[in-house]
Amino acid sequence: MSAPTLVTGLGIVSPNGAGIEEFWARTLAGDSGIATVTRFDPASYPSRLAGEVTDVAVEDNLPNRLLPQTDRMTRLSLVATDWALADAGADTAELPEFGTGVITAASSGGFEFGQNELQKLWRKGSRHVSAYQSFAWFYAVNTGQISIRNEMRGPSGVLVADQAGGLDALGQARRQVSKGTGLIVTGGVDGSICPWGWVAQTAQGRLSTENSPDRGFLPFDARAAGHVPGEGGAILIVEDAESAARRGVAGAYGEIAGYAATIDPPPGSGREPGLRRTVETALADAGCGPGDVDAVFADAAATPSLDRSEADAISAVFGPAAVPVTAPKTMTGRLHSGGGPLDVAAALLAVRDGVIPPTVNVSPDPGYALDLVGPGPRAARVRTALVLARGHGGFNSAVVVREHR
Amino acid sequence: MNRRVVITGMGVLAPGGVGTKEFWKLLTDGRTATRRITFFDPAPFRSQVAAEIDFAPELHGLGAQQVRRMDRAAQLAVVAASSAVEDSGIGELDPYRTGVTVGSAVGATMGLEEEYRVVSDDGRAWLVDHEYAVPHLYDRFVPSSFAAEVAWAVGAEGPAAVVSTGCTSGLDAVGHAAAVLAEGSADVMVAGATDAPISPITSACFDAIKATTPRNDDAEHASRPFDATRNGFVLGEGAAVFVLEERDSALRRGAHVYAEVRGFASRCNAFHMTGLRPDGREMAEAIRVALAEARTDPADIDYINAHGSGTKQNDRHETAAFKRSLGEHAYRVPVSSIKSMIGHSLGAIGSLEIAASALAIEHDVVPPTANLHEPDPECDLDYVPVTAREWATDCVLAVGSGFGGFQSAMVLTGAEGGRW
Amino acid sequence: MSIEDLLRILRECAGAEEGVTIDESILDTDFDGLGYDSIALLEITSRIERDFDVRLDDESIDSGATPRNLHSLVNDG
Repeated sequence: MSAPTLVTGLGIVSPNGAGIEEFWARTLAGDSGIATVTRFDPASYPSRLAGEVTDVAVEDNLPNRLLPQTDRMTRLSLVATDWALADAGADTAELPEFGTGVITAASSGGFEFGQNELQKLWRKGSRHVSAYQSFAWFYAVNTGQISIRNEMRGPSGVLVADQAGGLDALGQARRQVSKGTGLIVTGGVDGSICPWGWVAQTAQGRLSTENSPDRGFLPFDARAAGHVPGEGGAILIVEDAESAARRGVAGAYGEIAGYAATIDPPPGSGREPGLRRTVETALADAGCGPGDVDAVFADAAATPSLDRSEADAISAVFGPAAVPVTAPKTMTGRLHSGGGPLDVAAALLAVRDGVIPPTVNVSPDPGYALDLVGPGPRAARVRTALVLARGHGGFNSAVVVREHR
Repeated sequence: MNRRVVITGMGVLAPGGVGTKEFWKLLTDGRTATRRITFFDPAPFRSQVAAEIDFAPELHGLGAQQVRRMDRAAQLAVVAASSAVEDSGIGELDPYRTGVTVGSAVGATMGLEEEYRVVSDDGRAWLVDHEYAVPHLYDRFVPSSFAAEVAWAVGAEGPAAVVSTGCTSGLDAVGHAAAVLAEGSADVMVAGATDAPISPITSACFDAIKATTPRNDDAEHASRPFDATRNGFVLGEGAAVFVLEERDSALRRGAHVYAEVRGFASRCNAFHMTGLRPDGREMAEAIRVALAEARTDPADIDYINAHGSGTKQNDRHETAAFKRSLGEHAYRVPVSSIKSMIGHSLGAIGSLEIAASALAIEHDVVPPTANLHEPDPECDLDYVPVTAREWATDCVLAVGSGFGGFQSAMVLTGAEGGRW
Repeated sequence: MSIEDLLRILRECAGAEEGVTIDESILDTDFDGLGYDSIALLEITSRIERDFDVRLDDESIDSGATPRNLHSLVNDG
């Protein structure tokens, strides 16, 4: 890769804050967005905690015309895109017609919209199913709606790899930028906090059954017993340095310097999981070594076997407790395909401000041999950060972000 | 690094016969596999026809646990992927250097609807009951499980993902995989697409927008791309998966090369989630860029495998796009739609079209557009009506168009690079 | 179907573009002018068909029609 791929804008919709500065202030303060589910009554379910986005009035931020035809995660993604483009100072109407694209990640699509329509179909009959069901629930909906709202006609795409997919979208955006598309809207905003989505996630067997928000999501802790799901994520504006310069962009949050993805061997194969190899490949792609990395944003599954394999991979590459590791997602829950992009946004803000955000509520189990940042933030010069994400089925993805000078 | 990418293996499961040979025979015979829906009672629906596969997973080497664990679309993908690897003769794959890309527009729609009915007691409960959920529900919840299943089945541990761009997924997945291979992130990619959407919720939503045909009294002839009497597409299902390899190493090992993936581009119309502008601008731009990447001229195109869904707006849009991108050559090149025979399997169809395109190159025969009897003045190109045509075919353009505004184009050429 | 019913259905099925309020003032604005596309019209007509037990011809309402045209069609056939 020749010209660096820059991140010039961020749009954040997180359970612990909407907008860059609100999210970042609350994250550094250790202020969590995890609480009891409000979207439906969770009393009859084994898991009752979630990270819900509470402070974005989507109805005030989007034309009313879009509301009947969109799932909540699509509305949030459109708002996040508006904010990211504004942050980048980019007016897509002024850019070359086919020179801007949209590449987002998805996991389960507009699942709440889908539940509504399935219920109408089976309770009332097929004629009650909405015309909007033909696209409102499907995995490509956010990319499609973002491209329409912002008139972006260049290379576009949608990647699905559960929680890892958010980083894959960034990797693909970087690929398209390096092939000549000037600006890509990328990242992911996701979430399925509805009864049907809740049951599907419960079936995976990895949701925490805790009721207390400060004990619900404890990765790398001896008490770890599953995660809390959430909704939201981040939209990033990525550009190649030259076209950013052409439209007069002076600074950037940083560069997407490296990316890699692998998938684990089948369960029970006895072969090593792919995460270590993913990290090594991403570092090589970024042209840097383990010693260059100032912070690692962990996948942080909070399922003991997965925490073990992640800690082992980090130690294998960096040495035991040799690099600061953090999991700000302990304040948001796992956001599916939105999780990786939100961690990348946090990593870029860590680069900007010279501070590593904390992992909250966790008493690190020394057995993992990690230098876990927390309970408070840690001042540190962050030139290079590594972001990890893993998805159900064994997907591993890694992105390296680097300061841009 | 920018390496050349060739197709060395192919596995196809399509309506009308499982397997590549049966697929090609159906297409070149000009037979149709559309029929009255048998998977559920279609009586309440506006459109009651579909192109279904008679598929028994246990006859294709899937074990009882795999059958239980996987949605039908995943089963189709795994069987197609295993056939492709076997067909390629590549032998043992290097896991670290082998990746997987699976396209799917609607994921495990069928399995999710079945499970929803159970946990909701046929829609009675909004607070659906987790006690009745199957253990593998999460694999249906997130369709990336399709890529995981394929990776496990073929022994791949490189980059893996699902590409889900509506009805261009099948072209985009192979385009994505070719880019991963070309840049050197893998040496072999097992790539293709699958969808098994024939279920009540899919029928209901396409009914609601009147996208599928109501020609219920003539199911066999219901899919009528480019015909003046066309009135909607016929839902289908299927999977096609390929083994992609770097060209030099494939030639070194003496592999059979079906075709080379020479150029690929996708664009968005940024116009409407389901609508198309009649002028075909964005598809024309995708074609233009794919041709440039392939370093081919419009006049080099020997055959166009069209999207040809059989909706009023699509066939008009696409015809305009061909004229816009290829100029006068659009009137000289044969164009056909295999959806006339195997229906529209949403995300899978793009990969099935790549398979048909590669086989057209292999056999120098272009498949016809079945059921095309009454020309539409707005669709005035050579659509190879009814009967397959022997035709020297070395360079094929395959295109797709999807909800969300996606427009994709791929250029495939013969093994020896033909005139290039 | 009253005018109020119609306006409620328009709001629920299709909503309003920025700067537009769905009230009696828009009854003579054509659907194109309201920013309603073919999908929105299908959503509206299928809701009316279900709620008021009528059948509306596929071709009878297009983007050049107005809410008042639709109201008449439903009530007067």
